[in-house]
Amino acid sequence: MTNTPAPSPLVLRPDFAAIAEWIKPGAKILDLGCGDGSLLRYLRDTRDVFGYGVEIDETNLLKCFRNGINVIQNDLEAGLSSFASDSFDYVILSQTLQAMRHTEGIIQEMLRVGNEGIVSFPNFGNWKNRMQVISGHMPVSETLPYRWYNTPNIHLCTLDDFEELCQQCDARILERKVMSNHYRPVNFLPNLRGMLAFYRFERRT
Amino acid sequence: MQESKSVGVVTPQYVQIDKPLQLKSGLSLESYHLVYETYGQLNAAHSNAILICHALSGNHHVAGVYAGNEKSVGWWDNMVGPGKPIDTDRFFVIGVNNLGGCHGSTGPASIDPRTGKQYGASFPVVTVEDWVEAQAQLAEHLGIEQFSAIVGGSLGGMQAMQWTLDYPEKVRHALVIAAAPKLTAQNIAFNDVARQAIMTDQEFYGGNFYAYDTLPRRGLRLARMLGHITYLSDDSMAAKFGRSLRKGELSFGFDVEFEIESYLRYQGDKFADLFDANSYLLMTKALDYFDPAAAYGGDLSAAFRAAKANFLVVSFTSDWRFSPQRSQEIVKALLDNELSVSYAEISSSHGHDSFLMEPSCYHQLVRAYMDNITI
Repeated sequence: MTNTPAPSPLVLRPDFAAIAEWIKPGAKILDLGCGDGSLLRYLRDTRDVFGYGVEIDETNLLKCFRNGINVIQNDLEAGLSSFASDSFDYVILSQTLQAMRHTEGIIQEMLRVGNEGIVSFPNFGNWKNRMQVISGHMPVSETLPYRWYNTPNIHLCTLDDFEELCQQCDARILERKVMSNHYRPVNFLPNLRGMLAFYRFERRT
Repeated sequence: MQESKSVGVVTPQYVQIDKPLQLKSGLSLESYHLVYETYGQLNAAHSNAILICHALSGNHHVAGVYAGNEKSVGWWDNMVGPGKPIDTDRFFVIGVNNLGGCHGSTGPASIDPRTGKQYGASFPVVTVEDWVEAQAQLAEHLGIEQFSAIVGGSLGGMQAMQWTLDYPEKVRHALVIAAAPKLTAQNIAFNDVARQAIMTDQEFYGGNFYAYDTLPRRGLRLARMLGHITYLSDDSMAAKFGRSLRKGELSFGFDVEFEIESYLRYQGDKFADLFDANSYLLMTKALDYFDPAAAYGGDLSAAFRAAKANFLVVSFTSDWRFSPQRSQEIVKALLDNELSVSYAEISSSHGHDSFLMEPSCYHQLVRAYMDNITI
């Protein structure tokens, strides 16, 4: 069996780079719903982090192994009881929030386990999505590629919605990045023009 | 994909160790021998060695076959071999029979040099720690200062863990499969029923049955039948046997009627012919006593403070003897110590015995993990 090295994720995934910019070198990371492990591998290679991914899907688990990252097979919906409080510098939830049932629960667990939380999600408030809803259809877009009947995304939200949830969960937002569908920064009317949102937050003391 | 093959014909080897072994019980063995097998080649740097630790009824014959007996396939032949998940083209793999066993290493049926007679009941109770110590002597004999990995399922996984605690510098990776950090009361209860079955057999003679030229076959058979039930799952038994009848109809008697009865009796008979009753008692005691957290007030995380290895922990969904929750306890302790660990909970209907089979992506995961080990 030959292991062909994966192409640099930086080229493929500007969203990885956006997260990496927030990570202090050498940090301890927990990546929830880590998929094939490429974000964690990217952070290991570019930020020298130590960490673990959490993933439920067997196929993804195998890809994580092949990416050489630590991964714990676990259902995020059941919480993070294997992880001690305050045991990570950052807990990341990259494009997974919208597919979780227990949205509040996972934010609270992130605040318990990590010093800081980082969440990224597709902005349902983007004007293209709004247009599709006005035209009478559930949105299908680059960041929301599924049809209403086969989507894993059950808890879609807008930037404003997420900020409200943070308020409710006693999470203080430290930084926000909003990107267009071309991964360009969006500063003007982000809740309308942004396609991808990134938040860095901590527990309000 | 590379083709996987058998390691082919293998021959057991013996090592005599004359350095006394201080046992956890306070007793000691002045000298002993171990039987082992090796597969693959030890590289020049001696950096590609892998130790396979066996479970309750296992032994040193992990892979390959014995000359002239093509049915004598090693117990983990699907895992170990050229091109297999534990690839003997890359690694030098060692299987060893533990002390107290009945496949060639010093055990209850061996001659006690102090008396010139078989040990029988006087063979000391050995623990997982004692086994690790004896295995370390074998490693020294083979010139291995550090293992690439130590691998074990069930009781074997306990030995892999113990290695990382007793010799943290000598283990780079530990693969702990279908194991537990300690037995539950239910587990100990099963073991004790098995022991009672053996010890109350009239042919047992307090463990000295060798002198009477007999075997406590009935007791050992019952012990194995009970154990075997706990290694399977309700679902796998239902799928394999269901309520099938041997003769297709009820016979309103107490002879073998259901297929499951026939199967268990066959397994029990086969085992009673091959295994030593005293060894069975010793193996179950080693299981019962294993509890690395005990010395730390029950704090498993504290027990693992010494460990330095990278870990792969694997459990199987239908394993109720050593359930996934037990493996998660191990994982938690490793996470608390910031050790490198990956954990897989494999979907399988085969119960505890899953670790010997190839359910779902189990072998692919082990292969991927092993591929990442540098030598």
